[in-house]
Amino acid sequence: MSHGAIVRPPMEPPTDPEPAEATPEFEAANKRLDRRRGLLLALPSWAFLTLFFAVPLLIVVVYSFATRNRFGGTDLSGWNIEGYRELGQEFVRNLVLRSLWLAIITTVICLVVAYPFAYFLATRSPAVRNLMLVFVMIPFWSNFLVRNYAWRVLLGNDGPVSQATEAAGLGETTILFTQSAVVLGLVYGFLPFMILPLYAAIERMDWSLVEASRDLGATGWQTFRQVSFPLSLPGVIAGSILVFVPSFGAYVTPQILGGGKDPMLGTYIVAQFLEARNWPEGAAASTVLMAVMLGATLVYFRTGGRTL
Amino acid sequence: MSRPAQLRRGPKWLLGANATLVYLFFYAPIALLVLYSFSDDNLVGRWGGFTLDWYRAFGQNDEVQGALSVSIRVAILSTLISVVLGTMAALSLERYRFRGSRIFDALLYLPIIVPDVTMAVMMLLFFTQFLNVLDAVFGIQMTKGFTTVTLSHIAFSISFVSIVVRARLAGMSADLEEAAQDLYASRWQAFRFVTLPLITPGVVGGALLALTLSLDDVVITQFVSGPGSTTLPVYVFGLIRRGVSPLINAVSVIMLAISIVLVVASLVVQRARGGEPA
Repeated sequence: MSHGAIVRPPMEPPTDPEPAEATPEFEAANKRLDRRRGLLLALPSWAFLTLFFAVPLLIVVVYSFATRNRFGGTDLSGWNIEGYRELGQEFVRNLVLRSLWLAIITTVICLVVAYPFAYFLATRSPAVRNLMLVFVMIPFWSNFLVRNYAWRVLLGNDGPVSQATEAAGLGETTILFTQSAVVLGLVYGFLPFMILPLYAAIERMDWSLVEASRDLGATGWQTFRQVSFPLSLPGVIAGSILVFVPSFGAYVTPQILGGGKDPMLGTYIVAQFLEARNWPEGAAASTVLMAVMLGATLVYFRTGGRTL
Repeated sequence: MSRPAQLRRGPKWLLGANATLVYLFFYAPIALLVLYSFSDDNLVGRWGGFTLDWYRAFGQNDEVQGALSVSIRVAILSTLISVVLGTMAALSLERYRFRGSRIFDALLYLPIIVPDVTMAVMMLLFFTQFLNVLDAVFGIQMTKGFTTVTLSHIAFSISFVSIVVRARLAGMSADLEEAAQDLYASRWQAFRFVTLPLITPGVVGGALLALTLSLDDVVITQFVSGPGSTTLPVYVFGLIRRGVSPLINAVSVIMLAISIVLVVASLVVQRARGGEPA
């Protein structure tokens, strides 16, 4: 049956354990055991995430086709696409377009600011670079709510920003509770999400190609346009997705810095659950947001993105 | 890889200036918030002399203290569980081949990229049904509260822990574990005495991140908490929506300080003995 039996005479007494271990049967058994051990290790978190993540994800999709009853509850019957149709209302359409627009502006600003920053970071000595990186990681991981709140204090009436612009003869600053304040808050919140993948891409770049381009007489700008930038493109795409997706679904920032005046998609979704009690509609909007997120993620992995 | 090409002076100067501005942008608002939390003025953004009154008010406010205690309990419990699950997941994906590992890998990535609001909706709808099922099938009466908040936090923390531990495992060859087994250590002994000590920086780093994420979460918690299980960020978010106050300044600074200490500790631990932080 297996090749081991043919290669070694069956009657030969085992003199040494070593050769026995090298037989294909042993290897195959080992591999099977290995596979089972791997699965066993994965099982607890797999089961947990299936129950508390994958199933909830499906439930949202199911709810998006359910019916809202007269008491503000949801009947899981009379399946319909009303939730999705309501997304086409002018009010909702405007809100989705506004979220899209603000997310795009945020992404572009982050890219323009983060690219030269990441380039600078990648060209420092390792010691300096590590230190600088730590100071990007701190805002990356630390309390998002508080960091938004800080801007609320700064931009408030007679707050320090307003005082500064007045002292400079520019008049009062009154951007709190406007879309500009929301974009500012989003850029502040998500800039590290752009810097880190860009830095990873630029740092990994093969600098000899840049040198070759310069040696062949290309100007700095030409080299950037045709060599460095294309080489760093995976970082540009990864960073843009990591900024765009949370900006598009933002909820905390428009609440705190936009004053809930110009609702964004995230605000709208939350309101459907906590205020309007129109769960099918909220679920439909969430499903759309998830679809955008999944689409963006597929693009991310297609272009070879791997890091967070 | 060769050294980066030298830039001409002009762009070099601009890059340095840009970097300085970025750091200023990151840290100036935080610094000012800290400053104003010590300001003796009822308006939040005005300096009126030094005071510790707002921190004293923080210590004496029962609602804030209650919320803080819920936050800490949820964070510790969810971290303990997600560290065990996340580390096992990391080991399985980095050290073994098994059927469905790619699907598992994808499932492990999803909680990281799903927007907060979506995850919040998912957990709300799920628990609404789940608690009904518990009641109907097992007769267990449960409402949204401490348990649902903790379970939700575990659901997003597992992924972050596993990413950090995987980064550690990936940077470490399997040779030592194999050597231990060649020397007749059992799988468990090899893990306990070789692998575990080596990945400890990753595990601790991941645990500190899980603590931070749990202590910071607002949106998801807001959807799955019930009366009596309000966490500090949810409570503060509610206050902020009603208006700013010097008390919020002080509470914010404390929350920020906790999260920065945990993040710095996590980064330092992960870097211990030459690991690359995730």
